[in-house]
Amino acid sequence: MTRQMTGAEMVLQALHDQGVDTIFGYPGGAVLPIYDEIFQQDRIRHILVRHEQGAGHAAEGYARSTGKCGVALVTSGPGATNMVTALTDALMDSIPMVCITGQVPTHLIGTDGFQECDTVGITRPCTKHNWLVKNIEDLPRVLHEAFRIATSGRPGPVVVDIPKNIQFQTGTYYGPKSSTKSPGYRTSAYQPQLKGDEAAIRDAVALIAAAKKPVLYTGGGVINAGPAGSRLLRELVKLTGLPITSTLMGLGAYPASGPNWLGMLGMHGTYEANLAMHDCDVMVCIGARFDDRITGRTDAFSPTSKKIHIDIDPSSINKNIRVDIPIVGDVAYVLEDMLKVWKQTQPTQDKAALNAWWQQIAVWRAKKSLGYRRSKDVIMPQYAVERLYQMTKHRETYITTEVGQHQMWAAQHFGFEEPNRWMTSGGLGTMGYGLPAAIGVQAAHLDALVCCIAGDASVLMNMQEMSTAVQHELPVKIFILNNQYMGMVRQWQQLLHGNRLSHSYTEALPDFVKLADAYGCHGIRCEKPDALDDAIAEMIEVKKPVLFDCRVANLANCFPMIPSGKAHNEMLLDEDATDDAIGSAISAEGKMLV
Amino acid sequence: MIVAGETRSAYFLQEEEKRIETHTLSVLVDNEPGVLARVVGLFSGRGYNIESLTVSEVEHEKHLSRITIVTAATLQVLEQIKNQIARLVPVHRVIDLTHIGDAIERELALVKVAGKGDHRVEALRLAQAFEAKTVDATLESFVFELTGTPSDIDRFVKLMTSCGLVEVARTGLAALSRGKDGL
Ligand SMILES: Cc1ncc(C[n+]2csc(CCOP(=O)(O)OP(=O)(O)O)c2C)c(N)n1
Repeated sequence: MTRQMTGAEMVLQALHDQGVDTIFGYPGGAVLPIYDEIFQQDRIRHILVRHEQGAGHAAEGYARSTGKCGVALVTSGPGATNMVTALTDALMDSIPMVCITGQVPTHLIGTDGFQECDTVGITRPCTKHNWLVKNIEDLPRVLHEAFRIATSGRPGPVVVDIPKNIQFQTGTYYGPKSSTKSPGYRTSAYQPQLKGDEAAIRDAVALIAAAKKPVLYTGGGVINAGPAGSRLLRELVKLTGLPITSTLMGLGAYPASGPNWLGMLGMHGTYEANLAMHDCDVMVCIGARFDDRITGRTDAFSPTSKKIHIDIDPSSINKNIRVDIPIVGDVAYVLEDMLKVWKQTQPTQDKAALNAWWQQIAVWRAKKSLGYRRSKDVIMPQYAVERLYQMTKHRETYITTEVGQHQMWAAQHFGFEEPNRWMTSGGLGTMGYGLPAAIGVQAAHLDALVCCIAGDASVLMNMQEMSTAVQHELPVKIFILNNQYMGMVRQWQQLLHGNRLSHSYTEALPDFVKLADAYGCHGIRCEKPDALDDAIAEMIEVKKPVLFDCRVANLANCFPMIPSGKAHNEMLLDEDATDDAIGSAISAEGKMLV
Repeated sequence: MIVAGETRSAYFLQEEEKRIETHTLSVLVDNEPGVLARVVGLFSGRGYNIESLTVSEVEHEKHLSRITIVTAATLQVLEQIKNQIARLVPVHRVIDLTHIGDAIERELALVKVAGKGDHRVEALRLAQAFEAKTVDATLESFVFELTGTPSDIDRFVKLMTSCGLVEVARTGLAALSRGKDGL
């Protein structure tokens, strides 16, 4: 389809042609022509945020919960710089996002014009790719290419920077299909490989079949591979009987109630997951990237295993950990082929060895490493998450989090049964992610229960977005585990800095119930364990956005924990977290690490 | 066939790779705005070295440029560098010419010397020995043009320091693999 239209019209047309129904944005001088087009149409819903970072995280939440591309629209200068955190967050967690930024007119670029900034320069290292569109002929092609790059291969954020005069200019619009005929079109060098190498897949199957102590280590890549990724993963687990653990980003790909589930691994992972990783003889890494939160000390990481690594991004392979069988490809394609080979070859597994391995795992599981001291007087944060889970598990529930202890407790104690139900800032660890992300999720799933498990410090970082939730009637539930501290910082200060709690106590927290009132949403406070269930029920029932001030034990620590600089088999459990053990948990060298 | 538990993880086999090597990478990219910034930003952002960098359009119709980068790193990091460059959207191909072996590597230098009497005679004699061209001459100075391997140029420049060297401009490396195949 080709048609004459203005640049601003092209933006709306391209969004529509790409199947976009919702965008998150904030207006300003350099995007006024696009906002004028938004005003004159009703195919695309625009959600007005209160800060551009909120638009970015909302787009991420929308994307992660739907598997579609998130879209944000912001103005030049401060609008663009406010997006930088969200773009970096999306890059680290491989979230598909198209961000359209306005720019000063082309003749003012380079003159330090009002609200000019070098958007492509600033966002180059925090996007998968970006473009400054200086000619109207390039605009439709770039817009379609932006969606292709954001959503294919390893997904990520892209920025399209559009000067204001280009938004006003008239040109020929080409649709996604005919865009190859548009002037300046060239075949792109970027063609991600989807199918894995056949020989490597056969080798991998043989290695898995011969394993005596195998483990599956899965990550966000499984979720990014779409529903097929999780379905095929579950089939693989069933067929092979392998124990499975996952990173923070991969929760829900395999159900937490599944018999082979070991729980999350890594710094705050379960005892059984981390020891299985340490002691295994064959590790199958699927769509994860051996991040330092997973590996701990790399020279002591799973010393006796052969490693298979399936990843769509070749640069993830051998980056932190050398692997024996790398397979570059989309998780869903590779798993499908692996299953095919397994079914064809019908390999015999060493049942006796596998039984012994499961027995060993049962011993580790018996440690009940997620256990905590219960209390009748104060709400333990873990208990709060457990109750939230029990009271919402029969519903279509989506959970987002902020960053800190509450995030880890959510990952540990909330059971995720399905992919795309869990939205958290993993790679960047962005406080301020959870609340706007919940808004994005709710915008995509109007009838679902969307709950942000938050910390009292993090939630203030983008608190202004409550106003967005109210305006757009998005009844997100912000469940604040209020311990009055920046809990995770306080925990590290206790472990590493002689319990000198430098600036980790938030002296003047707002009254969250009054704040809820001020925003026109619903406020709830709960201070006692026996009142918790009723309060949660009220939160679920209320048809408005809710700020839930859940007062929890102030000084609880998040365990288990692999202290920085230690190996998987040197983890600290709640039971041995005496003051002595805590004091000497981290070596001088470990203190250098983050 | 691979048998589980036969050897230790490959991680432990990498010890010898701590040795730093200097390699020449050749990168074919779309000649579009910002492409050089992407490559250079990748090096600074990830803490890799650039020892020499050359870039120019090589195929006008196809809008292709070739970037030649000399970098020093361990073999493991070199593999990372290659993979990271290949991941950039406008990059068509990356090859490690040093890994392939025996690549042709040339650099051009302009070398200005000034002086009188014996220095002048000596400078000219050395230039002839290196087959450098004299591209500018005044009564008190010369500018020589020399093409060669980087080490040829290093040696020439070193010699010129005792003959009144004023300044040097070098292009950085241009390199191609031998034989009939291209990038
Ligand atoms: C934007 C940002 N700034 C700083 C940090 C460092 N940081 C990590 S966790 C944390 C404390 C979070 O406190 P809170 O939200 O109350 O959660 P809690 O740990 O108490 O559950 C801080 C400051 C961060 N992750 N993100």
